[in-house]
Amino acid sequence: MNNIFAVASIVIKELYRRKDFYVLFILTALICLVMATVNIFNDKHIIRYLKEICLLLIWVASLVIAISTTARQIPAERENRTLLPLLAKPLSRTQLILGKFFGCWIACGLALICFYGFFGALSGSREHLWPLMNYMQAAFLHWIMLGVVVAGVLLGSLVFAAPSSNSTISFVVVAGILLVGRHLDKVALTMQEPSRSIVYSVYYAIPHLELFDLRDLIIHNWPLVPWKIFSLAILYALAYATALLIATCVMFRRKAVN
Amino acid sequence: MARDFEPFESAMSAILKTEKLRVEFSSREFRQATKVALTGLDLEVNAGEIFGFLGPNGAGKTTTMNVLLGFVPPTSGAAYLFGIDVRQPIARQRIGYLPELTYYYKFLTAEELLRFYAKIFSLAPGETDKRIDQLLKLVELEHARKRPIKSYSKGMQQRVGLAQALINNPDLLILDEPTSGLDPLGRMKVREIIQRLKNEGKTVFFSSHELGEVETVCDRVAIIHQGELKAVGRVNEITGKHASLEKAFLEIIGYPTPSTP
Repeated sequence: MNNIFAVASIVIKELYRRKDFYVLFILTALICLVMATVNIFNDKHIIRYLKEICLLLIWVASLVIAISTTARQIPAERENRTLLPLLAKPLSRTQLILGKFFGCWIACGLALICFYGFFGALSGSREHLWPLMNYMQAAFLHWIMLGVVVAGVLLGSLVFAAPSSNSTISFVVVAGILLVGRHLDKVALTMQEPSRSIVYSVYYAIPHLELFDLRDLIIHNWPLVPWKIFSLAILYALAYATALLIATCVMFRRKAVN
Repeated sequence: MARDFEPFESAMSAILKTEKLRVEFSSREFRQATKVALTGLDLEVNAGEIFGFLGPNGAGKTTTMNVLLGFVPPTSGAAYLFGIDVRQPIARQRIGYLPELTYYYKFLTAEELLRFYAKIFSLAPGETDKRIDQLLKLVELEHARKRPIKSYSKGMQQRVGLAQALINNPDLLILDEPTSGLDPLGRMKVREIIQRLKNEGKTVFFSSHELGEVETVCDRVAIIHQGELKAVGRVNEITGKHASLEKAFLEIIGYPTPSTP
């Protein structure tokens, strides 16, 4: 565990010493603050649009941070040759992968705390409502979802050597899952065999990241998600993240490092 | 066949050993032949000696080091560090490694980098602080310990690399072309550090193209060419009747040397 957290601490340090997070946070804050000055229908109490824009920006920014941070980890270690002195120490390849995973995931969690803190302050100042449990539930499921994304991108970084190609492909896949994933079963119904079976297989194989999206519940001030469903969603994400991490470890153990 | 010279000291125990080490790289290109990087390499490095590993580019020096460090699995044969198979991470507990031309984490300072590597060796906090102070003094980077590595010159980066290789006070140091790309002053400093490590009783296994440097600091050398061990022995034995190690090296690898007037 000591080695895993040593590697993770370097990833976290990298995130807060790079400009990516600050740029995205300032950009999100600026857009939201500008939007907050607009009075829709001259009614100061209409803030639904503001919450929607802010949460959308938070989702986009968090995915950018998760994918770009994770995608460069192993390729940058290879390119700068820091992988060599690292693996020459009593650190196993599995520990390295787990360290990178936890580092990226915790870094994403820290970024989410800042983003949701800003969102809570902004919406609370306009709405005078503080549904903290709802925010915490949304932020936590969001973070759990990012765990699946981080594990997937880590696997991708072993397949695609260049961070840019890995980032691009990961963005396309994650956006595809979020936007189209939930409709694949309906699409399959309109198809002939064997396409129908293929699309159905894809529908059941992909992690349904949209299940972790509680934006609508926050925007419309709906009640909390039942804790049983909340727990099942966490287990669902953990199963996918574990499977992806096992695949990454197996692949990395077989890879020659030179 | 390798030319065998006298063993350095028969009483010394081998802490680095390879047995009939063979490494093949299969080509990703269609119908391309498999590349043989090492062919049955037998090598022994004894405790306390400085061992130079020589060979032209592409001879198999870095591949040998990669096998020793567990980066590349051998196709056949075996390699041991302190009698432990190199495929086990524990074999690397007592070694330090400096790769050729490494660009360490730019966002860290030298002190943070060393602290990170110390954590991997599970050094106690007090011991870590002491060790970092000693090493930064040894590599003459005390003044720059709080500066990010991205602001370091190439020589400074190489010295911080040497410091990370020494963080666990290793018994065996594996250095891959430690003076590559350094100016004469940088080379001299690295050479001084190697010499100092020798005086402390450390074993150093290093590859280099600087034959003059090898002649100065090494107890024994091995010459490898096209994956095959061509010669191994003490520097003066290898040099033999030749005027310099360079001339002997060229003859051993089969390069026609110009006759001296």
